[in-house]
Amino acid sequence: MSETTTAAPVAAAVDFAALFPEEVVTKALVRDVTMPGQAGTMALVTLDNGFDHTKPNTFGPASIAGLQACFDGLRARAEAGEIQAVGLTGKPFIFAVGADLSGVPKVTQREQALAIARAGHAAYATLMDLPVPTFAFINGAAMGGGVEIALACDYRTISAGVPAVALPECFLGLVPGWGGCYLLPNLVGPAKALTMIVENALNTNRMLKGPAAFELGVADAMFAPAEFLEASIDWAAKVVSGAVTVTRPEIPRDEATWTGAIAASTMLADLKTGKQSPAPYRAMKLVAAARTATRDEAFAAEDEALADLLMGDELRAGLYAFDLVQKRAKRPAGAPDRSLARPVTKVGIVGAGLMASQLALLFIQRLEVPVVLTDLDQERVDKGVGYVHAQLDGLAKKGRLNPDKLNRFKALVSGSTSKAGFADAEFVIEAVFEEMGVKKQVFAECEAVVSDTCVLATNTSSLSISQMAADLAHPERVVGFHFFNPVAVMPLLEIIPGSTTDPATLATAFAVGAKLKKTCILVKDSPSFIVNRLLGRFMGEVGRVADAGTPVEVIDQAFMGFAPMPPFVLLGLVGPAIALHNGETLIKAFPDRFYVSEGLKAIVEAKKPGFYTFAGGKPALDPEVLALLPQPENPVVLTAPEVRERVLGALAQEARMMLDEGVAQAPMDIDLAMITGAGFQFWNGGLTPLLDRSGVAEQVAGARFLPAGAASVPA
Amino acid sequence: MTRTLREVVFVEGVRTPYGKAGDKGIYAQTRADDLVIRCIRELLERHPELPKDKVEEVAIAATTQIGDQGLTLGRVAALLSGLPNTTPGYSIDRMCAGAMTAVTAVAGSIAMGAIDVAIAGGVEHMGRHPMGEGVDPNPRIIAEKIVDPSALVMGQTAENLHDRFPQLTKARCDAFALGSQGKLAAAYAAGKIQPDLVSVATRHKELGYGLATVDEPPRPSTTMADLEALKTPFRVRGNVTAGNSAGLNDGATACLLASEDAAVAMGMPVRMRLASFAFVGVEPEVMGIGPVPATEKALAKAGLTIEDIGLFELNEAFAVQVVAFLDHFGIADDDPRVNEYGGAIAIGHPLASSGVRLMTQLARQFEEHPEVRYGLTAMCIGIGMGGAVIWENPHHADYVASASKEA
Repeated sequence: MSETTTAAPVAAAVDFAALFPEEVVTKALVRDVTMPGQAGTMALVTLDNGFDHTKPNTFGPASIAGLQACFDGLRARAEAGEIQAVGLTGKPFIFAVGADLSGVPKVTQREQALAIARAGHAAYATLMDLPVPTFAFINGAAMGGGVEIALACDYRTISAGVPAVALPECFLGLVPGWGGCYLLPNLVGPAKALTMIVENALNTNRMLKGPAAFELGVADAMFAPAEFLEASIDWAAKVVSGAVTVTRPEIPRDEATWTGAIAASTMLADLKTGKQSPAPYRAMKLVAAARTATRDEAFAAEDEALADLLMGDELRAGLYAFDLVQKRAKRPAGAPDRSLARPVTKVGIVGAGLMASQLALLFIQRLEVPVVLTDLDQERVDKGVGYVHAQLDGLAKKGRLNPDKLNRFKALVSGSTSKAGFADAEFVIEAVFEEMGVKKQVFAECEAVVSDTCVLATNTSSLSISQMAADLAHPERVVGFHFFNPVAVMPLLEIIPGSTTDPATLATAFAVGAKLKKTCILVKDSPSFIVNRLLGRFMGEVGRVADAGTPVEVIDQAFMGFAPMPPFVLLGLVGPAIALHNGETLIKAFPDRFYVSEGLKAIVEAKKPGFYTFAGGKPALDPEVLALLPQPENPVVLTAPEVRERVLGALAQEARMMLDEGVAQAPMDIDLAMITGAGFQFWNGGLTPLLDRSGVAEQVAGARFLPAGAASVPA
Repeated sequence: MTRTLREVVFVEGVRTPYGKAGDKGIYAQTRADDLVIRCIRELLERHPELPKDKVEEVAIAATTQIGDQGLTLGRVAALLSGLPNTTPGYSIDRMCAGAMTAVTAVAGSIAMGAIDVAIAGGVEHMGRHPMGEGVDPNPRIIAEKIVDPSALVMGQTAENLHDRFPQLTKARCDAFALGSQGKLAAAYAAGKIQPDLVSVATRHKELGYGLATVDEPPRPSTTMADLEALKTPFRVRGNVTAGNSAGLNDGATACLLASEDAAVAMGMPVRMRLASFAFVGVEPEVMGIGPVPATEKALAKAGLTIEDIGLFELNEAFAVQVVAFLDHFGIADDDPRVNEYGGAIAIGHPLASSGVRLMTQLARQFEEHPEVRYGLTAMCIGIGMGGAVIWENPHHADYVASASKEA
């Protein structure tokens, strides 16, 4: 029989310092304060990593060790009668934002992961077991392990000014595993706990403001930020002296309530992840067990869950994806020196259709400069300007725009049938019909009006930038500036230089993109750039499989948790005609690999809006559409896993070619683009980590996209 | 148009605990504006009967109006205190009498009928803003001998007072200082100081958050021997020491003032009624004598004499300057009517904040002494001035509220 390893030696054997060599240690600074009303002395612990709020408090192994030492010391003082209460607060604007995950890529063994989980639990348990009342004063942002250390206290106050309270673990691929899955449901009940743990996390990490967190029951009292700590200590003193009795709503203990809450969350998790991210399901299991588990049982189960998930590729991919959207998105690779950018004080938009109007709205809100819309006739122009005004009115009605700003923004948009108004613009973007001849003519007309250095940007989704610029007097000013629909929602902006685009133009494009708060990615001039090319290959392959005879529902089933929605649902959203156009454009460029579905052609011809009907809010395949699909004589019916493997293989091939061709500079840009432009998932790291970990990359493209460990558990 | 002057009443005053200026002081890393904001919010909290939009002025004093004591502090503090945009504010500087001037300025507005309710206060963070920070004295002051150069150094003006009044010995000053420490300790023990204090969370980067709940400067265990042993930094073998002077301090005060009619109408308590006030200039090099002519003028305006004053709250910038006042009016150095809770020598003197502390303490003493009809708050002021405000005790049997007077 093999020996069973006990917890303590394992923890002792793990060298945390080697895993987190650059940990920014959050210190637990302790000062005694006198509580009012003769309530005695409170040891007030301030969590502070020594930096300002831009580097929030996190808990790495050294920080946890510091907390353990601090709480051990407080225990001795409490037992000696020196202190009558313990308070815990953060540095200005920040309480604590949870575990430091920067060392996770270095965690290669489950024992290491388990030791991290246990160390946190041990420290938090010591806090919970202090023989005096403990209070968390949540003065600022609190997330993950920061929320959990507050939950480990007997009582909590929260500042009405707290900007964010969240348990983002499931969003990243973890569970709230330092007590969150046990303490929160037992504090606020299973339904509210799951709102934070699962629902908010999976809704792209939605965060609660202080009052909402208070409302949910996370804190017992809320105070204004101006005297938050003073009022909190005053309140704590009254709790200690018995002048204030804290009452909390009774938590239902019956099994039905708990299973009901879990069932509701499971539905949501299925919808959001297609069961492909293990984290929310693991969290729900822990929450379910929290109804009857002892603390020790619950903490042990959380340890196991953390260890399993930390050693899972989904979490590693999640952290990789998080890093992309937090860091790479803010510093676009390959962008020219910012100082080369020219100021933009007026913007021209050619076209006044829906896309152009959306662009106008965005430019006005973010750049706050005059925007001129032009179109062929006054009616279209009026409609475009009218759209912008209506949207602005809508924002004002919601209270998101004050009346002065509304007046200002409305005055910034104007429309004309003449391009004369572009004369003093520094940036003109076209959003006209997707045809090279039309676009070239538009740019030629613009050039007749604008200055020599005015940037001419195109929102083309597929056409060659170089070709579009070729006949201009100043082709160096042309740049691709490709938005994704809906413009206000989708973060991605593909920026495409043509063969003659000069650095000042490109720098200006990046500067404008940054001001628009878009995730800018530099893409080589090539058919359909990154996202549409990959989506086109994806939809083409899916269409090929469908045309050959695999049922639509099997195909849609194959991609649960891959894209934000199943491919044939997506097709309805994009619009069959647009999807067909994209496919046809790509097949012209790459006739050997891309495919245009016969079924899709038939649907477009029949003017059907999509594959599904949504009668009563429930999606159902439209039998009329199914009747239009080709009926092959010898149907090839694949299973869902076969479909998935085949389509992922096609995507691996395409992504590899795009990297080889230099369309994208790195796999990270492909992944960032697919996450921000197509809503691909964190737990897949966008796309290439999924292709790597499923083995498809090596099978089809001969090699991994990313080194092992970058978005996966290192071997 | 006809105009009726209105009576001005003191509703309530609060202050932060006072701290020692400098890196080791309790407020070493606490902002000055936050100190006074804490006081303003406490006043609003204590008076829920006062709708916030009824506060029509916020006058905040600071001697050094730089950085966190600048930016039209009265207005910014009003906004940061959660008062509505409609509440205006301004800053005041009359050195040590800043808060006192804030009170008399808004009192003037109330009396005239321009406003009904105001907040007045002061702050001085002498750690962040040492006395004289950024000053640029006009060279004519020296060239034309406009004032004696010693006038700009407050300790030297105190030494000058000893020269002018040789009967004011160092021993008398030390004894007065010792008394101040003892009286404050007794007042603390009796719980008379604490009700007017607001706790302040004190963030420190290296130490974490603390909570200031009591004054930091007091030295209750001081003895005469201790005081005798202290150096005289302003003059070789002089008389003025750190022990018989107020220290360098951080702190803030604020008070709520209203027309008596408005206070009664809104249900706010009337703790004192303004009788008269005066500010008077004296030779800058003996600025400490300023309270004497200021008090004489205020008494004359009120039609009172010094015998009518039953309680004195005199700022103790220097013991010699208080003793000079008492000597002038023939009051004993240890008269129990004077600074019953001790004074700035023990509590501290964050310059522009102190005026309201005097008033807050007098208001509390009025409650304890209904037999006293009138009380005096007075202080000396740099560059040769004195300020005096005489208050009437509403708890006195002969007090007649203004509304009933009109009837």
